[in-house]
Amino acid sequence: MVRFENVGLRYGMGPEVLRDLTFRIEPHSFQFLTGPSGAGKTSLLRLLFLSLKPTRGLITQFGHDVATLSKDAVATLRRRIGIVFQDFRLLDHMSTYENVALPLRVMGRPEESYRDEVIELLNWVGLGERIWALPPILSGGEKQRAAIARAVIARPQLLLADEPTGNVDPSLGQRLLRLFIELNKSGTSVVIATHDIALMDQYDARRLVLHDGRLHIYD
Amino acid sequence: MTSDISRSEFTPAPRVSAVPPMRFETPLVPRNSISGRALVAVVSIMTFLTCLTTGGVILVSQAASAWQADVAREVTVQLIPASGRNIDADVAKAASVVKNFPGIADVRAYSKEQSEKLLEPWLGTGLTLDELPVPRLIVVKIASGAAPDLPQLRSMLKSQVPGAVLDDHRGFIERMRAMSGTAIAAGVGIMILMIAATVLSVTFATRGAMATNKTVIEVLHFVGAKNRFIAENFQRHFLLLGLEGGAVGGGAAVALFAVGALLSRWFGGTAGAEQTAALFGSFSIGIGGYVAIVVQVLLIAGVTAFTSRHTVNRTLEMID
Repeated sequence: MVRFENVGLRYGMGPEVLRDLTFRIEPHSFQFLTGPSGAGKTSLLRLLFLSLKPTRGLITQFGHDVATLSKDAVATLRRRIGIVFQDFRLLDHMSTYENVALPLRVMGRPEESYRDEVIELLNWVGLGERIWALPPILSGGEKQRAAIARAVIARPQLLLADEPTGNVDPSLGQRLLRLFIELNKSGTSVVIATHDIALMDQYDARRLVLHDGRLHIYD
Repeated sequence: MTSDISRSEFTPAPRVSAVPPMRFETPLVPRNSISGRALVAVVSIMTFLTCLTTGGVILVSQAASAWQADVAREVTVQLIPASGRNIDADVAKAASVVKNFPGIADVRAYSKEQSEKLLEPWLGTGLTLDELPVPRLIVVKIASGAAPDLPQLRSMLKSQVPGAVLDDHRGFIERMRAMSGTAIAAGVGIMILMIAATVLSVTFATRGAMATNKTVIEVLHFVGAKNRFIAENFQRHFLLLGLEGGAVGGGAAVALFAVGALLSRWFGGTAGAEQTAALFGSFSIGIGGYVAIVVQVLLIAGVTAFTSRHTVNRTLEMID
């Protein structure tokens, strides 16, 4: 699904923040991406999400060499990837329903074709009564679940989550982890970037540990 | 997508009892943001000022054309008294020659008393002008749409009435044309500067409004929207804002000119109205003027839309 070969990344003329990364993300797999602050977790997520290009090495996603993709092809490929941002990135002028349905809307699907699907997913993540609420009045946990729902509504093959439990209490963090596990069981590959050791200890999964820009893998 | 997934502990969540009448109508770009309203205000004000300038140029241009036409429709024959000649007979002869010339609508010969009265503003009243060789004037009105051969008329007068001089006011018309041309050129210059200032103001206001929508661009980008989709949504949104502002500013300008034209008709005949009419004609910019205002409104809305698209594309390039 995703293959990194000797990938390096630097910003401008600065030092390399990621060095010689070589790994694969297999279909239906689950992995934590961890490491100290500043180790390059977010940069690696951005490479996985195609919002950065490597300064060296090879990245293939879904069989495509990302270096050769056009902007439209990147957008099309990105529809197969769901991402949950640490700061949610919900649009404040749109209801929860509309935020969650956004990926389907940009695909050009008519609203009637996905209405039930979105409501079912909102019910599933416990936001059934918050369908028409605007993000500014949602709690942190509700925003997090809305962001996750938006990330998975288009049935992505790869789900990336950046510190998904960073803004929630431990109890909600556990519940969100179980949500990711359920999504993984339904066939989605999951990469969770976190430095929450307690969270990782709750689920036996592959760990990708970044340290000084290098990756250590613990299967 | 969740039918094959067992319900998580988020469920049983309170489900919606009935599906509300959902319509996915919220625009991707927020419509009533503060920056959006500020942009509408800037576009309104600048459109209003630009349209006023355009209307002013049109009014001056129309008035100048009317003055020139009025003057060009009239020529004057001047006869200077000479010893040994009967000036009254010369005036009658000259009037007859002119009246029978093709393309002449009316001939009015000034009598001796009328000619002397013309000098009163300079010489005062109560003077005896019998000893002075006061020239006699014949005012000739040219028929509407006619173009009489004035050089031929001049030579006929010269041969049949010695001392008669035909003045076609060319020198005066040339001076007036130069003056009105200068006024119009200055007006067009101001109008171009106003349009340039409008374009720049709208450009910067649009960029300011766009800056507040950067999150929207990023989110759309991250959920897989293609650049063209994002750019089209923003362009449509800002075109509507531009049209809204343009309609307010242009509409106010149209209303102002319409009220001006109405007032000038209502107060026609008063001294003030006559002075205004002398300067601005009927104070009506005509159909052409209103079309020019509509074109400017569309131009400014187009500039707003184009600027937003350009800014979106630049933002997307920065994200990439």
